[in-house]
Amino acid sequence: MNRWRSNSAEGIRERPFWRSIVTHGALIAASLGMVYPILWMIAGSLRPQEEIFGGTTSIIPSQVTIEAYRDGWFGLQVSFGRFFANSLAISVLSSIGNVVAASAVAFAFAKLKFFGRDFWFALMLGTLMLPYEVTLIPQYVLFQRLGWVNTWLPLVVPKFLAVDAFFIFLIVQFFRQLPRELDEAAQIDGCSAWGIYWRIILPLSGPVLATAAIFSFIWTWEDFFGPLIYVSDMKLYTVQLGLSTFVDSSGTSSWSELFAMSILSLVPVFLIFLFFQRTLIEGIATTGMKR
Amino acid sequence: MGDGVVSKSPAPLALPDLPAAKLARSFRRNAPGYLFLAPWLLGFAVFTVGPALASLYLSFTDYDLVRAPELVGLANYVRIATADPKFAASIHVTFIYVILSVPLKLAFALVIALVLNRGIAGLPLYRAIFYLPSLLGSSVAIAVLWRQLFAADGLVNAVLGHFGYAGPSWISNPRYSLYTLVLLSVWQFGSPMIIFLAGLRQMPRDVYEAASIDGASKLRQFFRITLPLLSPVIFFNAIVQTIDAFRAFTPAFVISGGSGGPINSTLFYTLYLYQEAFGNFRMGYASALAWVLMIIIALFTVFSFLTSRYWVYYDE
Repeated sequence: MNRWRSNSAEGIRERPFWRSIVTHGALIAASLGMVYPILWMIAGSLRPQEEIFGGTTSIIPSQVTIEAYRDGWFGLQVSFGRFFANSLAISVLSSIGNVVAASAVAFAFAKLKFFGRDFWFALMLGTLMLPYEVTLIPQYVLFQRLGWVNTWLPLVVPKFLAVDAFFIFLIVQFFRQLPRELDEAAQIDGCSAWGIYWRIILPLSGPVLATAAIFSFIWTWEDFFGPLIYVSDMKLYTVQLGLSTFVDSSGTSSWSELFAMSILSLVPVFLIFLFFQRTLIEGIATTGMKR
Repeated sequence: MGDGVVSKSPAPLALPDLPAAKLARSFRRNAPGYLFLAPWLLGFAVFTVGPALASLYLSFTDYDLVRAPELVGLANYVRIATADPKFAASIHVTFIYVILSVPLKLAFALVIALVLNRGIAGLPLYRAIFYLPSLLGSSVAIAVLWRQLFAADGLVNAVLGHFGYAGPSWISNPRYSLYTLVLLSVWQFGSPMIIFLAGLRQMPRDVYEAASIDGASKLRQFFRITLPLLSPVIFFNAIVQTIDAFRAFTPAFVISGGSGGPINSTLFYTLYLYQEAFGNFRMGYASALAWVLMIIIALFTVFSFLTSRYWVYYDE
């Protein structure tokens, strides 16, 4: 306190101190307001059903029960365990597809010289602006003709063909920052294009590949529209689709079970958030991703 | 992959068959690039350009997935423009959503970013908490949560009840349902906030010092320095968020059970497109709707870029 008093003699420092208390108070209140609904949902998944309807605003259940998790897990003809396994498989495959395909294509754009490169690059950037809806219906017709509807193939195969140009762009930006001398030296030593890609560029690109893999995983995990139109067999449902079906089938009668399954569906993304927060935030700050 | 990048082939001894040798050399020079490009080229042809052209064609047809597409000229577009009340409703809903949610979201993002940027202790923690809803927000789980929050017996009304106010069922009242979705979007201000923070960190310190010495107030500094210097970032965020808002789907679908109700009050454009395509199997009409969306987004983007030189400050 003394230090502050002595500063106040100069008439400058006292205000920032009080202001920082006010600022922190406001920020803490705002953060709480932001996450309160989620905390309330967690509490709702743990409290007895009647208590949710009791109009409670508290985030501390009067008694804790995991009944909702058990009942919700088996709430549909197919268990949520299956949905989770499906989502995990699709998301992991999509991540791998996006990273493998986008890094190869990005390598061509950033490090190789070939006829028509700038033309293709411009086209690739152009597809970033093309809304998905414009290609949606013919894609559906195509997948139907191929007999792929009601399988995971429409959700996974396009990722292996780098259809989401965003990831190419992300990785190109990174590759271009790598010093040119590296691949030039390797080239002079007789290293093949594949060798440069595999032994020189990729090992240096851990951060950007991780960013691509993580965002790809999260976006696929949260994707609702794709599974909604392509998957109709409940055994193939993703978590998002299972959850949506659960809402429709149970209506408002079993909120605690809905909450329980909703919370579980958020757990993988939340874990990624906990462990890869810096990657996520840097990814957004440097590339301007929308989420 | 061969000896890829390098094209220092030894000179052939005999006089070469010129065109063939040229071709071979050109192949050697270009092959690695095209091999690495191959996945994208295939995907681009099969999943992007092909379908885009096909949907343009389908938009001039009647097509129900069973019978062959039947050309109907401009009929789909004429109907969209003149005789489809659901289209009008969905445009109305979507525009209100865009016009309210984008500025509010950006305003929150900017204000919080400004507060956090003042060298505050615990910045990473605050930033993480504010970012979390952005990360989770597009999942079905959050839409489920929203449905309960704003239900007749939901959390919002429970809180209002403490203050003696009996709130309506926000979700099932057509007067309010859309605004709950606006709120859901604003709640996810975290990622534009992070982009603003990154932009604010690039601000030149000396300019502020000079302004302080000249006696410019904080408010004046904000309007005369921060805002102009940040305008490219604001511009970027506004474009990205607007395009995203035009295409919102999941929350409206989950909250209305796919109907866009009550009384079309949450009939987002993409939800209507989905209903036409996969509910009524009017693939031709839905393709026309997709192209109209494409045109709206393109017009908006072009308009933004054209006006940007009047309000976006570029250094050079």
